[in-house]
Amino acid sequence: MSVSEMFIALQGSLSVDQDVREEIRKVVQTLEQTAREILTLLQGVHQGAGFQDIPKKCQKAREHFGSVKTQLASLKTKFPADQYYRFHEHWRFVLQRLVFLAAFVVYLETETLVTREAVAEILGIEADREKGFHLDIEDYLSGILTFASELSRLAVNSVTAGDYSRPLRISTFINELDSGFRLLNLKNDSLRKRYDGLKYDVKKIEEVVYDLSIRGLNKETSSAGGEK
Amino acid sequence: MISFKSFQLELDTRHDKYERLVKLSRDITIESKRTIFLLHRITSSPNREEILNESEVKLDAVRQKIKQVAQELTGEDMYQFHRAISPGLQEYVEAVSFQYFIKTHSLISAEEINKQLVFTLEEKEETTNTPSSNSHDKQQHTWSLKVTPVDYLLGVADLTGELMRLCISSVGNGDIDTPFELSQFLRQIYDGFTYIGNTGPYEVSKKLYTLKQSLAKVENACYTLKVRGSEIPKHMLADVFSTKADMMDREEGLS
Repeated sequence: MSVSEMFIALQGSLSVDQDVREEIRKVVQTLEQTAREILTLLQGVHQGAGFQDIPKKCQKAREHFGSVKTQLASLKTKFPADQYYRFHEHWRFVLQRLVFLAAFVVYLETETLVTREAVAEILGIEADREKGFHLDIEDYLSGILTFASELSRLAVNSVTAGDYSRPLRISTFINELDSGFRLLNLKNDSLRKRYDGLKYDVKKIEEVVYDLSIRGLNKETSSAGGEK
Repeated sequence: MISFKSFQLELDTRHDKYERLVKLSRDITIESKRTIFLLHRITSSPNREEILNESEVKLDAVRQKIKQVAQELTGEDMYQFHRAISPGLQEYVEAVSFQYFIKTHSLISAEEINKQLVFTLEEKEETTNTPSSNSHDKQQHTWSLKVTPVDYLLGVADLTGELMRLCISSVGNGDIDTPFELSQFLRQIYDGFTYIGNTGPYEVSKKLYTLKQSLAKVENACYTLKVRGSEIPKHMLADVFSTKADMMDREEGLS
């Protein structure tokens, strides 16, 4: 092959690669849109009135996750199955966001931490790389850390809304989460940076609990109408 | 939480593998660079065959390291660890294409490179630790690594820098044919990169700038040879290319 023939072939393969990425970008945009809708929906729980609607919001969010499933199924078709990490960067951000939203919904429903497998199920993808389009462990962890920040905000707003028991439960939950994260040996990457933010969330929630306990407010749960 | 213990294990395993690959990549880079330095000595050495043979030995050693990389990556998605091995592979492409050019005066193709990166190991049943061996059975393990088109391109771009050096040093040794040949060859490569333009990732476009400079240096060398080559004895050619000040002086003297 002459030099020019080689370069023509190379350009061909680069051009194909660019086309694939363009297709992926289009689907990711639709995913981001749905994620925004879910986020707007769930953000309503921070408002005083929003507390009553929590089950309804969760249900609506679940419906949106149905569209997410469809969109992710479409995404899977845009590239060869064994090249997940070649294009991973394109959907990393939105996938982390979706993990956060799934964790939030599950917490609002059951006050437990959603497992990796459960998130994969909600999104309609696999948990293991071998089985296909999967949820990378670092994306799962990043999403959970974003969720932790959201919880610290929820703790503050719960008090404002008059729910004095929720922050205590959040505090136990987040302390468990923190001890879990402490087991990890992280490298100095974006996950590590996000993890560093966790201690501020823990601190904020501790302060909320402290504020409640010194004023004896946490004993008034029955009269303040603690909600689940 | 118990699940975090398993996360710890998973992350540690992943990070360890990444580190092993980085170390291999560094070894590949160093040995490839040394091969390139060795090959440069060919211009001033009478023993071409010997240098080429030595370079082959070195490159085989590099290929053994690449085999280890391939073994590490068995069952993995190569792209997950690509950033760890990319620099080493680019340097290898540079070295192997340099050797190929010296031997054949042509550009090695990506396919040819990848052909050399298929490793087969035949194991006879002798070993008692193979868990799944039947008696009197030969097991064949194959590992291979494909250099990505981008790594190939980036390696070739670096090759042009070495070819430019080869050009200048060969002139210094009185070889006035190689520069013209190199000029033509580099121009073909430059045309190829121009054709690719911005289709590739940004690293490729960045290399284009250096490539243009290398090409310009070679073209200027050819120009100088053409214009003044016949007027200056060969053993003084090296001086012509060393400093600009020298060239200016000569201009005064030869009017």
